[in-house]
Amino acid sequence: MSTRTRVPALGAEGWFTVDADEPALLGQKCTSCGTYAFPKADYGCPNPGCTGTEFSEVPLSRRGTVWSYTDARYQPPAPYVVPTDEHVPFAIAAVHLADEGLVVMGQMVAGVTVDDLSVGTEVELVVDVLFSDDDTDHLIWKWRPVTSAHSSTGGTSERGDA
Amino acid sequence: MAANEVAVLGVGMHPWGKWGRNFVEYGVAAARDALRDAGIAWSEVQFVSGADTMRNGYPGYVSGATFAQAMGWNGARVASSYAACASGVTAIEAARTRILAGLCDVALVVGADTTPKGFLAPNAGDRPTDPDWLRFRLIGATNPTYFALAARRRMDLHGATSTDFAKVKVKNAANGLANPNARYQKAVTVDEVLASPVVADPLHLLEICATSDGGAAIVLASMDFAKRHAGTAGSPVRVSAVSTVTPSYPNTIIDLPDIATDSSAVVAAPASPFKESIAQAAYAEAGIGPEDLSLAEVYDLSTALELDWYEDIGLCKRGEAEKLLNDGDTQIGGRIPVNPSGGLACFGEAVPAQAIAQVCEVTWQLRGQATGRQVDGARVGITANQGLFGHGSSVLLSR
Repeated sequence: MSTRTRVPALGAEGWFTVDADEPALLGQKCTSCGTYAFPKADYGCPNPGCTGTEFSEVPLSRRGTVWSYTDARYQPPAPYVVPTDEHVPFAIAAVHLADEGLVVMGQMVAGVTVDDLSVGTEVELVVDVLFSDDDTDHLIWKWRPVTSAHSSTGGTSERGDA
Repeated sequence: MAANEVAVLGVGMHPWGKWGRNFVEYGVAAARDALRDAGIAWSEVQFVSGADTMRNGYPGYVSGATFAQAMGWNGARVASSYAACASGVTAIEAARTRILAGLCDVALVVGADTTPKGFLAPNAGDRPTDPDWLRFRLIGATNPTYFALAARRRMDLHGATSTDFAKVKVKNAANGLANPNARYQKAVTVDEVLASPVVADPLHLLEICATSDGGAAIVLASMDFAKRHAGTAGSPVRVSAVSTVTPSYPNTIIDLPDIATDSSAVVAAPASPFKESIAQAAYAEAGIGPEDLSLAEVYDLSTALELDWYEDIGLCKRGEAEKLLNDGDTQIGGRIPVNPSGGLACFGEAVPAQAIAQVCEVTWQLRGQATGRQVDGARVGITANQGLFGHGSSVLLSR
């Protein structure tokens, strides 16, 4: 069997580490004010009170808490690429990363449904296949609930915006 | 009367539906309707402000000129605005500010759309630097995905139920029964809403607005012109404020089309999230508060989003929208009716026309002309809406 090529999905190149034991999203931290950006801030620091244009690339927290969640019961339109012959509904979560003050969306890994989730559920990042073609796997980050065996206690950092 | 008001001389609409004809036809019909309502000849219009559509080729990108040409060139100044769902209010604001600047007396604002079937999808071709392309490609996040994230958060934070959400649809469907411009004029029950397929948990098909064809237009004029003009009986409806605010950094609530929020690590989230700030800017500009409102037309892209708007426009405190709904306060005859037109639930969304249609409805309400859905004694109304990427959209109208 030939070796399959694993590449980040088009548009997400450099957005996360690939093939690391503990994959992480790669964000930016402004060297002037310390604010974070994900995806990368292409046009300078997003903080309007900062004129910084220099950033350090930083891995973002691998764990966060669910800010909200839903699922895709119907097949999304292109440019989404359906990874299987027929659409299989998948869950989507928006995840709050407490240290960075960011909320980042992502698919949940296959098999997780909305019944497994609540606002505040602790999840961790994995890198998974978004879709495959010929000899290439197109990779993306997804979220996976932290199993109780691995869960750090008191991990709920959910903060209401209300 | 505030110094920065303009008069709504006329309003008009082409009925919403899935007619499948050229959008220009709907816009021209609505414009002629509004001119007739105003008692203004097309030749008197000095400024044409078009709200653009992105789905109908080049004529849609230059809609102001497209409508002007269709009605017969009259030499008026022209502008064409695109701001997604806020396009209509952006076009209204272009007309209002031109009038207030003293550069013209009479302006015509027109928006119309012809829509494809199904989910709204981005333009074709690989565009990996476009957030609207990325959210579909990388996550499969459709518009209902975002509506559902907001809905689920209401449930988990405020205890909202699917029945609460369904009741919004039931209310709006009842309101739309008597609206001749509504696409859907059919009563529904809570059971019917909950029996429709789930599109994006927890939202059902009947809770998510469709895309529609339609057209809406208004004729705006300076207050001096309105006084001289005999076409409208009594005092005209006035535009007391228009809000087109952007968010304040950091915008920490995930929304279309982004896949991540701003960071609140260094700068704390503002006291008023974006959607709250939209109406607040309108209230501040007019010196009017939510307690002065007779009615509101808000953008119910989903049932749950209507409940968010109750709080965002200050009708109640955060987390109290379900009580307001269940107490009957927001139905016609209640303390503060919301979406007496039937809302997007009965219209579906005709993007560039929708924010203008909201102003048409409030105008009819303030004139006492909303037959079959009239809010008694309406004096002040607000519209509220939000365009993709942070276009605020709100109009305060008074009479």
